[in-house]
Amino acid sequence: MTRARVGLFATCLVDLWRPVVGFSAIELLERAGYAVEVPAAQTCCGQPAYNVGDREDAADLARRTIALFEPYDHVVAPSGSCAGMLKIHYPQLLAGDSAWAERARAFAGKVHELVSFLVRVAGVERIEETCRARVTYHDSCSGLRELGIRDEPRRLLAGIEGLELVEMREPHLCCGFGGTFCVKYPEISERMVDEKAEDIEGTGADMVLAGDLGCLLNIAGRLARRNSRVQVRHVAEVLAGRLDVPPIGRGEGEG
Amino acid sequence: MSARERLFERLWRALGRGGSGGPEELRREVEQRIADPRPHLVPARAKVAGEERIALFVRMAKAVGTEIERVGHIGEVGEAVMRFLRFHNLPRQVRLAPDPLLDLAGFEGHALLEVRRGTASADDPTGVTVAEAGVAETGTLVLASSPERPTMLAYLPENCVVVLPIARLDGSYEESWQRIRERFGRPPRSVNLVTGPSRTADIGLQLTMGAHGPRRLLVVLVDRTDSA
Amino acid sequence: MEVTSLRFRENARRALRDPQLARALRMVREGFQQRRAQAVANLPEFEELRRIGAGIRDHVLERLDLYLEAFERRAREAGAQIHYALDGAEARRIVLDLLRSRGVSLVTKSKSMVAEEIELAEAIEAEGIRRVETDLGEYIIQLAHEPPSHLIGPAVHMTVERIARLFAEAHGTEPTTDAQELVAQARRVLRQKYLDAEAGITGANFLVAETGSVITVTNEGNAELTQGLPPLHIVVTSIEKLVPTMEDAFTLLRLLARSGTGQEFATYTTVLTGPRREGDLDGPEEMHIVLVDNGRSRMLGSPVRPMLRCIRCSACMNHCPVYLAVGGHAYGWTYVGPMGSVLTPALAGIEQTWPLPEASTFCGRCEEVCPVRIPLPGLMRVWREEAFRRGLPPATQRAGIRLWAFLAKRPRLYRLAFGLAVRTLGLLGRRRGRFSRLPLASGWTSVRDLPAPQGRTFLEQLGRGR
Repeated sequence: MTRARVGLFATCLVDLWRPVVGFSAIELLERAGYAVEVPAAQTCCGQPAYNVGDREDAADLARRTIALFEPYDHVVAPSGSCAGMLKIHYPQLLAGDSAWAERARAFAGKVHELVSFLVRVAGVERIEETCRARVTYHDSCSGLRELGIRDEPRRLLAGIEGLELVEMREPHLCCGFGGTFCVKYPEISERMVDEKAEDIEGTGADMVLAGDLGCLLNIAGRLARRNSRVQVRHVAEVLAGRLDVPPIGRGEGEG
Repeated sequence: MSARERLFERLWRALGRGGSGGPEELRREVEQRIADPRPHLVPARAKVAGEERIALFVRMAKAVGTEIERVGHIGEVGEAVMRFLRFHNLPRQVRLAPDPLLDLAGFEGHALLEVRRGTASADDPTGVTVAEAGVAETGTLVLASSPERPTMLAYLPENCVVVLPIARLDGSYEESWQRIRERFGRPPRSVNLVTGPSRTADIGLQLTMGAHGPRRLLVVLVDRTDSA
Repeated sequence: MEVTSLRFRENARRALRDPQLARALRMVREGFQQRRAQAVANLPEFEELRRIGAGIRDHVLERLDLYLEAFERRAREAGAQIHYALDGAEARRIVLDLLRSRGVSLVTKSKSMVAEEIELAEAIEAEGIRRVETDLGEYIIQLAHEPPSHLIGPAVHMTVERIARLFAEAHGTEPTTDAQELVAQARRVLRQKYLDAEAGITGANFLVAETGSVITVTNEGNAELTQGLPPLHIVVTSIEKLVPTMEDAFTLLRLLARSGTGQEFATYTTVLTGPRREGDLDGPEEMHIVLVDNGRSRMLGSPVRPMLRCIRCSACMNHCPVYLAVGGHAYGWTYVGPMGSVLTPALAGIEQTWPLPEASTFCGRCEEVCPVRIPLPGLMRVWREEAFRRGLPPATQRAGIRLWAFLAKRPRLYRLAFGLAVRTLGLLGRRRGRFSRLPLASGWTSVRDLPAPQGRTFLEQLGRGR
């Protein structure tokens, strides 16, 4: 039996900022029995354009992403936000384009966020890894409210040896990233991310995890500005045991 | 062209109706829906009967600050109201709705109780009226205006007493409204659904009772209303 | 009210520096969110009711002309007089003509967002007619000469201390922060106004086509005293408030209070059908219903039509992290929070308001709690697209996104440009792992550090290593 082929949509942020998340994703998908390919011509899902109202460019990027990934059995992204774009918004974006509407709908059916794919599709129940830390998990807005991902990451984290999961008071609350929002309205974003930071710090956790690099860069940046000791990582890094790389926003000089 | 004509033209354009009014079939559908109103989903909570329904009404009403008395017969209402006035140390003065049911309510013969009939005036401390129905789902009273039941009795005085015969207690709003439809056809001028005494949270989000309407609301549940 | 939405960012900055506002908003958040959650938990059918509620609203909107005709006919049969107003100016003229011709010198008014929207209060006062707001929150902001900052709690931005000072000044009393005493003062003052007023103005929560009825919802009972005591009752409302039958109204009423205040049902829900009847001992002699369009018919034929489902419950703002950070006044017009960010551009024009739909992270909480499932983020996006088409956001922002999209469509160029950039940043940031300041990134670094990229891109590493 040939293994099902997964097209890994790395997302632009992982590609540019945090490759270890991409490698972790490959590792997790291969361990789950998939043949993983990473199409070299991928760039970005187009969400930044879509969210500022540049529908034309967003649609162009949607079409090229669909064309690039439609040969695969599954399309997986280590991001709730980007997976939500491909799965929920592409069909809406291309609904009026007779040549693409049906393709976008069919494509959407194959798209998954990484952790929910592992649990729901691959049937992974437990991952053999170790991480000795008190950890809290931030639900990214798109993952939670567009894709309904809540229990999956918690279930897999619960199986990690040495890992203690502590919940924030409001893990579902937005961190204030919001793509261009965080640079257009930095003061409002600051208020929001500060609340997130306080909630994280209040748990006494050593580490905060999430499934979206946008949130993580924002949270890590603010925690660093507050001189917080809490480490920030993408959930895939912990699940794949890639703790050799310094946490987000930490240098080689700090460990 | 009148504002009305211009407005309808705008609506027709927005709805892609062409020149006027939309297809006959849509019009019939609308008239049909209005002529034959059907309840949507009624919460399971409301589907209780008998003592269970009474208990639900009492629990929901008390939860919003309504006081409840239950009497066996209409003739005992006056005594229940006296207890309420004594308990809250209120003036022995009531304004009764000119509803014939209150003729039987035993308000006469209480020493020191001043009873007046009619609609409320600004200096009436306590108004007494009769409910058209009650809704157990949320402990809600349904008051229907008529010459016998002036609306202001439930709003102007600082204390309000509503007599609710248990036979008129329904599970849901829909049942009570059906009762009104059957009795009146066109609804009375004012149907007031009252769920607890008046309140506000407009000052520092602190719940405060008696904003404009009554500070206290007493419901007297009456088992039997026959004149025997 | 002047539209100041273009100054949203400055308004928001000012609001963020106001510690009293922060305190008030924290109470909004803690109070409303928890109570709604409890009310929803108490009603297992809530989600199903949301679905039905949205369906009722869509059904009506698709047949709005027909339901409007049906309502009009039955309301007239019940003795109410119907007026149509295409815009705010027409509505104001209708109301003022009524007040003038009846020699009204004092009018009481309960809360009506449509009246706020069309600036009715100012018009009444300009006419030399005294106006008293009877909703306690509205009364407070009338004393303070401020606009409302919340749909159902117009004065939620005010602390008790501030209200105490306002009341002491207006009522000539000793300042007190006892809420019960403040409410009692307002009660005493307003009681006389109800009795003296020659006209009462209310809004409407729903209009019922089946019966020609107007439904009002309050907790204070002020709407009933406002319309029930003076001889003239004027309802100022908008055309989209229609529902077919009382059964439809009850379904929406089950959603309304639970979503807003978290109550099982509002204290007073009143169904009014025409003026005083033969033999009645109270009630107004005349009832006039002013049906205002003011942009609704335009919305009906546009992609933002679903916004017309709104039943004004306030759940969206109560759960919006942006609203809860900046409060209502930052939005710069009558309607605030997520529903305001969609409705205000529709009513006041996108040129005046384009920053509002941008003031969202699209976190989706508003849509999640909306009782009629309005896709608020999706509708904000409609406005962002309109603003982008018209070139309203700053040119640099547009140019930036276009340039980025240009590269993203050309993988080779994209890799070259961004590969070099992240390699450089990766090297510069290797030791510390982050930047506190960076040219061209001040929007980011003004409030947070920028984590450094790892260095070589994922795809580059894959190409070489695998």
